[in-house]
Amino acid sequence: MTTPKDTAPVSDAPGSAAAPGEGAARQGEPLLSVRDLQKHFPVTKGLLQRQVGAVKAVDGVTFDVYPGETLGLVGESGCGKTTTGRLITRLLEPTGGSVAFEGRDITHMSQGHLRPLRRDMQMIFQDPYSSLNPRHTVGTIVGAPFRIQGIETEHGVKKAVQEILALVGLNPEHYNRYPHEFSGGQRQRIGIARTLALKPKLIIADEPVSALDVSIQAQVVNLLEDLQNELNLTYVVIAHDLSVVRHISDRVAVMYLGKVVEIADRKSLYGAPMHPYTNALLSAVPIPDPKGRAGRDRIRLTGDVPSPLNPPPACRFHTRCWKAQEVCKQQEPPLVELATGHKVACHFPENAPAQKADAAV
Amino acid sequence: MTAPLDVSGTSSEAPPETVLEGASGKAIAGRSLGQIAWMRLKRDKVAMAGATVVVLLIVMALLAPLIVSWLGHPPDEFHEDLVDPNTGVPVGAWGGMSSDFLFGLEPSNGRDLFSRVVYGARISLLIAFLATILSVLIGTILGVVAGYFRGWVDTLISRAMDVFLAFPLLVFAIALVGAIPESAFGLTGDSLRIALLIFIIGFFNWPYIGRIIRGQTLSLREREFVDAARSLGARGPYIIFRELLPNLIAPVLIYSTLLIPSNILFEAALSFLGVGVRPPTPTWGGMLADAVRYYTIPHFTIFPGMAIFITVLAFNLFGDGLRDAFDPRSR
Ligand SMILES: Nc1ncnc2c1ncn2[C@@H]1O[C@H](COP(=O)(O)OP(=O)(O)OP(=O)(O)O)[C@@H](O)[C@H]1O
Ligand code: SF4
Ligand SMILES: [Mg+2]
Repeated sequence: MTTPKDTAPVSDAPGSAAAPGEGAARQGEPLLSVRDLQKHFPVTKGLLQRQVGAVKAVDGVTFDVYPGETLGLVGESGCGKTTTGRLITRLLEPTGGSVAFEGRDITHMSQGHLRPLRRDMQMIFQDPYSSLNPRHTVGTIVGAPFRIQGIETEHGVKKAVQEILALVGLNPEHYNRYPHEFSGGQRQRIGIARTLALKPKLIIADEPVSALDVSIQAQVVNLLEDLQNELNLTYVVIAHDLSVVRHISDRVAVMYLGKVVEIADRKSLYGAPMHPYTNALLSAVPIPDPKGRAGRDRIRLTGDVPSPLNPPPACRFHTRCWKAQEVCKQQEPPLVELATGHKVACHFPENAPAQKADAAV
Repeated sequence: MTAPLDVSGTSSEAPPETVLEGASGKAIAGRSLGQIAWMRLKRDKVAMAGATVVVLLIVMALLAPLIVSWLGHPPDEFHEDLVDPNTGVPVGAWGGMSSDFLFGLEPSNGRDLFSRVVYGARISLLIAFLATILSVLIGTILGVVAGYFRGWVDTLISRAMDVFLAFPLLVFAIALVGAIPESAFGLTGDSLRIALLIFIIGFFNWPYIGRIIRGQTLSLREREFVDAARSLGARGPYIIFRELLPNLIAPVLIYSTLLIPSNILFEAALSFLGVGVRPPTPTWGGMLADAVRYYTIPHFTIFPGMAIFITVLAFNLFGDGLRDAFDPRSR
């Protein structure tokens, strides 16, 4: 169980052998199960560090990720995407809720017990400039997973590292170079190489391309896709706008102020978005198909994102929602499934099958 | 003066994306940030001048007996025949300066001033270096631990730093050194006093570097490479030694170089006040103290004074250059 080698490869699991696409991946047991996850950062004041409040960075996030699929996690800056990723990888201790990986509850598992599991779950970090130690060579950085986990490699660490470098499209000869000698895109490839070293099952990619030049974003996204097909990876790809994950995701979850407000298959989310916030995000995205644009009014979100220190009561989006009614300020809309595999948390969803929408109110 | 090369790796300028460039097979060796800093330092003439003087001073201290046997007389040899028995003033112009006595003679007992200045470097540098090493060791370890673990560990260490910084060190040093017996801890005489001075100067100075290292650690631990190591399952010691400390070498080097001159001054002050290493062992501070009585003969003050001045200046110039080399933005 502890080494990737003696567990059945993910590709043998039912359903995931098919090419990633709608519906194909969502069978069998989820690889990752997140239930009502919460993280409140205490805000302290004064000499005695008295707690005067809490930043509710993540406040009830629920989703499943199935083997072989890619879940996009989208939301504006500060909505808690990175925090969610860090909670799943247990870089942060959850305040509430649960995280299960391959059916095992890891929410409060000790770091010692977590160590072997970490091989199966890796994270690509948001900032390629701060995620690589400036004092280490590429060889040291990409070889660190072997050293930390005490893994023997057949032909030595150097050979293993060079193979991974080639896999992510870097020159294996660059083994002895330092991070500052690479461009942003190359640095992100080094970060990706490091996550691949232990042959993980799940990779959480935190805005893997948002720090990169637009011209090279596609290259890195394509690399992630190729690697997924080659190595049977499961991804949670975090992004702050819907266009980045459109191409790569099988399903997409939309977050607003620490909560998931809508989660659906790619097709239904982009084709028939139900939550007003998703609609707003989508109307900000340039749409490749002009016909789709004609049918949709351009929605401009007004106002700033409210502070997670003091989020609006009930529906958190009501301060910026053009459909908001009195009930939205009184009653929190639950995340309910209104169409097959399409969950939304809104009292007045758009594009919803009529009778179900009524039931939700 | 230096290329705007980014050291801490936060710059967003980067060469254009070229995947698989340089696949021509030529060996590719990376240049570490340390190597880049060294190249930058080599171009800094002022810092290199400082470094040269520092090296010369160290060589002078190490080879003091040899130098003195070439160019002078033993530092404890009295030449009372060359001193006016009534006034104590050396015979001859300029305090008795000649090719035989390069810096002239000491008043009253006629010892060779050149030899004493050369030998004085030994005590000065020995105490300053060892005290600095002690401060840097304690300061770096406690600073990293406080910054990495935070919480109550940090509170404890930070309060300890406050206490140490508020300590009236000079008064304490005078009292302690004045009260020590002739022998203790298996040491006697000069070696006991030198050990004690190293301990006092080193042990009470660690909070300065400790604070710097703690602050740097606090910001370093927020960098994502630390999270990356943790998400791979790395434990505290691995992160401290493999991830954090390599990034702290620059500040440790810089502040060590800047702490040495301040320790030289402190040792000189203690010797001046008569609580340093005792006569007849030559120290620059002690020579200055003796010179006070003979203020009419300036050479007696000038040579030990210049020795302190040049040494402190050289270390400071080198330290500043080192800082600029590691972080050109600090200019
Ligand atoms: N360690 C922390 N202590 C206190 N507050 C925090 C901490 N980390 C994050 N937060 C707060 O939690 C909220 C969510 O942060 P998070 O980094 O998860 O957002 P994000 O969705 O990743 O945003 P971005 O797109 O800018 O990366 C923010 O308001 C942030 O200020
Ligand atoms: S519940 Fe109300 S306020 Fe919230 S998104 Fe739906 S319509 Fe808008
Ligand atoms: Mg983020």
